[in-house]
Amino acid sequence: MTEPVIRVENLEKQFILHNADGARIPVFENLSLDVEPGECVVLAGVSGSGKSTLMRSLYGNYLPTGGSVKVMHEGEYTDITNARPDSINDVRRKTLGYVSQFLRVIPRISTLNLVMQPLIDNGVSEEEAEPRARELLSLLELPEAHWDLPPATFSGGEQQRVNIARSFVWDYPVFLLDEPTASLDAANRERVVKLINRALERGAAMIGIFHDEDVRSQVATRYFEVADYKVAA
Amino acid sequence: MSQTTQAQQSPATVDGYNYAYLDEQTKRMIRRATLKAVAIPGYQVPFGSREMPVPYGWGTGGIQLTASLVGPDDVFKCIDQGADDTTNAVSIRSFFAKVADVETTEATGDATIIQTRHRIPEEPLKDNQIMVYQVPQPEPLRGLEPRETETRAMHAYEEYGLQYVRLYESVARYGEVSSGAGYPVMIDERYIMSPSPIPKFDNPKMHMSEALHLFGAGREKRIYAVPPFTTVRSLAFDDYPFTVQSWDETCGLCGATDSYMDEVVLNDKNERMFVCSDSHYCAQRRAAGLFGPMAGHALAKEEGETEQ
Amino acid sequence: MSATAIAEAPAGPLLSARGVSKNYGHVVGCRNVDFELYPGEVLGIVGESGSGKTTLLKCLSGRLRPDEGSIQFALDGGEPQDIYELSEPDRRRLQREAWGFVHQNARDGLRMRVSAGANVAEPLMNLGNRHFGNMREQTIDWLQRVELDINRIDDNPKTFSGGMQQRIQIARNLVHGPSLVFMDEPTGGLDVSVQARLLDLIRNLVRRLNMAAVIVTHDLAVARLLADRLMVMQAGDVVETGLTDQVLDDPQHPYSQLLVSAVLQI
Repeated sequence: MTEPVIRVENLEKQFILHNADGARIPVFENLSLDVEPGECVVLAGVSGSGKSTLMRSLYGNYLPTGGSVKVMHEGEYTDITNARPDSINDVRRKTLGYVSQFLRVIPRISTLNLVMQPLIDNGVSEEEAEPRARELLSLLELPEAHWDLPPATFSGGEQQRVNIARSFVWDYPVFLLDEPTASLDAANRERVVKLINRALERGAAMIGIFHDEDVRSQVATRYFEVADYKVAA
Repeated sequence: MSQTTQAQQSPATVDGYNYAYLDEQTKRMIRRATLKAVAIPGYQVPFGSREMPVPYGWGTGGIQLTASLVGPDDVFKCIDQGADDTTNAVSIRSFFAKVADVETTEATGDATIIQTRHRIPEEPLKDNQIMVYQVPQPEPLRGLEPRETETRAMHAYEEYGLQYVRLYESVARYGEVSSGAGYPVMIDERYIMSPSPIPKFDNPKMHMSEALHLFGAGREKRIYAVPPFTTVRSLAFDDYPFTVQSWDETCGLCGATDSYMDEVVLNDKNERMFVCSDSHYCAQRRAAGLFGPMAGHALAKEEGETEQ
Repeated sequence: MSATAIAEAPAGPLLSARGVSKNYGHVVGCRNVDFELYPGEVLGIVGESGSGKTTLLKCLSGRLRPDEGSIQFALDGGEPQDIYELSEPDRRRLQREAWGFVHQNARDGLRMRVSAGANVAEPLMNLGNRHFGNMREQTIDWLQRVELDINRIDDNPKTFSGGMQQRIQIARNLVHGPSLVFMDEPTGGLDVSVQARLLDLIRNLVRRLNMAAVIVTHDLAVARLLADRLMVMQAGDVVETGLTDQVLDDPQHPYSQLLVSAVLQI
């Protein structure tokens, strides 16, 4: 049995809204989950059950209230919940890829450069990075005329594909996918499914949220019910 | 250079004034500053500059230095723009003849103290001579760094990168270090100094000079020195070495080709001539029978007459 | 600073602050600040005006001795040294050779009486470069990197716009390859389009040169774009620290929550 690449142990998250009289919003507690290479764990549950909160907590974007998230990073576990910011950034750069529903556009950076960025950040030369970025952009059928433009003015679907290209251009050992196919048409959904399956075959581990039943069934190796860990009101 | 520190030893030359104009305590204070300056070549020593009977900018720093140095045995020469016969030079010379009862001369080789503005004489200086410079701006970094606290720190810590900014600007704009006068020099490989009034043509004359060079800035209240046999290196870039000015023309009067030239406009027909800036040097050459292309010109004749 | 020393201690902090406090009489500047900055990391210090950001930056950059606490800097992976225990010339050398400081107002960081080119070349001269041609080349390269017209290399900074002056200042502070750059509201006072261009430029340069930076800003959008992590300051105290996106997306402290919720969404 292979070692899990993500070990979530007794994770707990609640929001405290200090500017709303300290209101407490509990999301989940005692949540544990191990994911091994080649697995794609699809988070199930109705909207509001805490799927996105879990994803963000796994990425270090949200600060869990308790428990740990250990990610296998360069042969050792790094606990995302209490690692130094520079280690988290290192984990994010090399190990942990994240595809959100939204693209955070950086002013004046062209689509091509945006997609090349993860490679450059990992020390790949520009000469090597550019053809790989181009390959992904054409695979996702983003019109070549758009490549030199910053994606700020692109449609939702186009931005989403830039986002996906940007994540899959680097072979992250672990992917967190937060509705990557949300605003895509059927043909593009198929392409993303292919990318995901290709990554799974090479041994990547994934945790994902997919609203589309069809996509879900094509990529999921198992389901995980976040609502099971809901804090009893 | 004889030590005349007691007013009683020498006659008060002008009624109601001390010998050499300044009171003895002031002279001592200036001498102390001067000794410190000699001990730390190129370092600017603050001193309590006095009000002088001429305005700042007319040579008050040089006059105070001379007053603290001069004695009845000295021979005093004073030049302005290299010439002995310009208004300022004549006035300062007669000032010291009057207040210090000192012999004056125009002959470089005879002088023991040479007060100057703008030039070092062409004739090599000897070990019994003191050059006294009237300095308008002693701080070579001032044009670039207005804060005195900061320039002092830069000197103290030998942070001299900034000094090269001035050379950089010059090369960038003119293709060479065009700075004609006050060209910064490194003294004894430690302090950067501004030989403020003199043309860079004269910079090499200070290097390992036998004479003592004293610089006085009256308004800025600073004294600094280049002692005899001290290295003086003009700053430069590796790819833009230091060069001095040179002239295609010869001196119209004496035919010299190796001296610093002044260009003189002769009339409103745009006729010009070049003459040695060092009037004594030029006169000496002519006395030795050397003549330039414009010898015999009305101007040369007049010049000859004043030389007697 | 031998090669073996670097190999043995690859991940030590570049800059660390321990219990740094500075008061102005009864007024608190900053209080008991602790943090570590690692090589290549960009730290954003955010908070409203008067929160102590600039005081802290001055303390960190060797410009203002704190009343209490220490600030250590490890040069080239060497032993950390307390910057206020260094002699003044050593501290000045460190500031000149290993650091950069970008002021909010370009006029405070540039020599306004010398050309843009000389402003950029000066740090090279400070490092002992005495070859004009070589410095000229590097200056031109840097003016291009900050997207300035190289034909204007010999123009005075006064003749450039505010945004351009800021780019000259950035070139001047990066040309000598510092390992750490301090920036005080580097895009403050500039209009939005100029700001965006400058931010993008800073972001690229800092990433490409793998420099560490401490950036003070009151603008959370600037912080999100440039900083790897944030320190939120309020009335002299650091109330929250963390990864930039974590602090902005899931702020924990009441003041951070207030600060983030006060930002207009566009």
